[in-house]
Amino acid sequence: MSELLGVENLRKVFPVRASAGEPAGDLVAVDDVSFTLPPGGSLAVVGESGSGKTTVARMVVGLETPTAGRITLDGESREAARAGRGARKARARQIQMVFQDPYTSLDSRQTIEGAIEELLRAHFDWDAARRRERVAELLDQVGLDKRQGGARPRALSGGQRQRAAIARALALEPRLLILDEAVAALDVSVQAQIINLLTDLRAETGVAYLFISHDLGVVRQISDDCVVMHRGRVVEAGRTTAVLDDPQDAYTRRLLSAVPRPGWVPRRRATSGASV
Amino acid sequence: MTAVTSTPVTASPPSRLRRWRKADPVLILSVLWCALAILVAVAAPLLAPYDPSQTDILAAAQGLSAQHWFGTDEVGRDIFTRVLYGARLSLLGPVLVVVIATAAGTALAIAAVWFGGWFDRLLTRVLDIAFAFPPLLLAVLSVVLFGPGLTAPVVALAVAYTPYIARVVRSAALRERHLPYIESCTLAGLSGPRICVRHILPNVLPLVRAQAVTSLGSSLLDLGAISFVGLGIQPPSAEWGLMVADGRTALLNGSPQESLAAGFMIIITVVAFNMLGERLAERAEVRA
Repeated sequence: MSELLGVENLRKVFPVRASAGEPAGDLVAVDDVSFTLPPGGSLAVVGESGSGKTTVARMVVGLETPTAGRITLDGESREAARAGRGARKARARQIQMVFQDPYTSLDSRQTIEGAIEELLRAHFDWDAARRRERVAELLDQVGLDKRQGGARPRALSGGQRQRAAIARALALEPRLLILDEAVAALDVSVQAQIINLLTDLRAETGVAYLFISHDLGVVRQISDDCVVMHRGRVVEAGRTTAVLDDPQDAYTRRLLSAVPRPGWVPRRRATSGASV
Repeated sequence: MTAVTSTPVTASPPSRLRRWRKADPVLILSVLWCALAILVAVAAPLLAPYDPSQTDILAAAQGLSAQHWFGTDEVGRDIFTRVLYGARLSLLGPVLVVVIATAAGTALAIAAVWFGGWFDRLLTRVLDIAFAFPPLLLAVLSVVLFGPGLTAPVVALAVAYTPYIARVVRSAALRERHLPYIESCTLAGLSGPRICVRHILPNVLPLVRAQAVTSLGSSLLDLGAISFVGLGIQPPSAEWGLMVADGRTALLNGSPQESLAAGFMIIITVVAFNMLGERLAERAEVRA
């Protein structure tokens, strides 16, 4: 199978300063994580808060430098070329990211159109008419109308902002889109709309997704493959349906048992009820 | 999605008007006074009844009258005329100080936040040291370098005010720097200077504006003090701080109008700038 993104033995250690009663030491956020993602594929990284999944995403996109390990895109190392304007822009066109909080991931002083147009202007040698056309096309793709495109984020709902953030990320036609808890801050009904949108966009554009989430229900809908992380390590990996339907690892089973569903009783309540 | 026309998309002119109408009288008075002071400074030759430097020894040290609203000084110059003309140098100085200090302070603060690391630490230390220098001491040193006049106190105060602006802007810019939208600009391959100028700067601008207006008030006061002790503008120029000093002899002789008129102008203008700055700061806080 061909490979778009390759992550090998990735490790990230944060030095921790000494504080009240705690000695200084190292926090191993990510420990020996490896996975691959085919072109146009969709891989979910699942885990609870503090499992290191977001750190993995930040290293892949280049916001954090790995302590050890290798990240490759199309077989080429991501760290290789850092400096220079050309390299910076080339990197930007490879991988884009959508953040969790749509309230802070857009510049509140820029209209949605303005934000998209700024990227087009920085990356492509197009005239104004061509840029306008592309902005309209992107807005249409994510389901925002003309009026919303001309609005500032303040005037839009969380779901609309997240659509805007997706449009902006897709403007550079990246090969890989990282979605870091991209639907976690949204209402369930809006979540469903955004997930449908993401599914459609992948089919239309062939972009690959690296989907970071703690929500197994969402993961099932959006990803082909998934990696379960716990305390910085990969505890289970495979096809999403296989992992979620027939979990092999104890931690995955615990995660699954914590998903609310009809007839579900939270474990702590159940045990305390039994002891009475 | 159906068109819902009732929701305003951006801040439209009516809502801005409504905000102004809701504004308190103090704010309106402050704005009016500042506007008036600037108008007087620009149009002094048109408004003033006399020549500010024309002496009339026969009409010296007169009290208030229909010919001389604020009376005349010891050499018979019309005090009202000199108060109007005084607005020019008295306001030009603070404007120059604030423009230089705001530009320098904001640029340093954003650069420090952007580069971080040793550059930020160094700048913070240098600012801490700069805070320890009283503006008046700097003004004295500056007079040694530049000689008396407008340049020396303006340079001194610009240097003295830069740390104040830089400190406020730095903390605001630091907050913006770590918001995801700045990270997403970095990821989009935008250059550092562009992110600083087009994204961080506009987002801290309301605070910069508030700080600049407040600084106008305090630098007006400081420049007046420097002129008063004779290190700034020199006679026979008309400037409020200088006029307060010029009126001292007359004050002791029982005719305080020159010192009072100039002093009154300084106080009211400083208060107006301070009130305005304070309101702008409140508004900037609400935004953030």
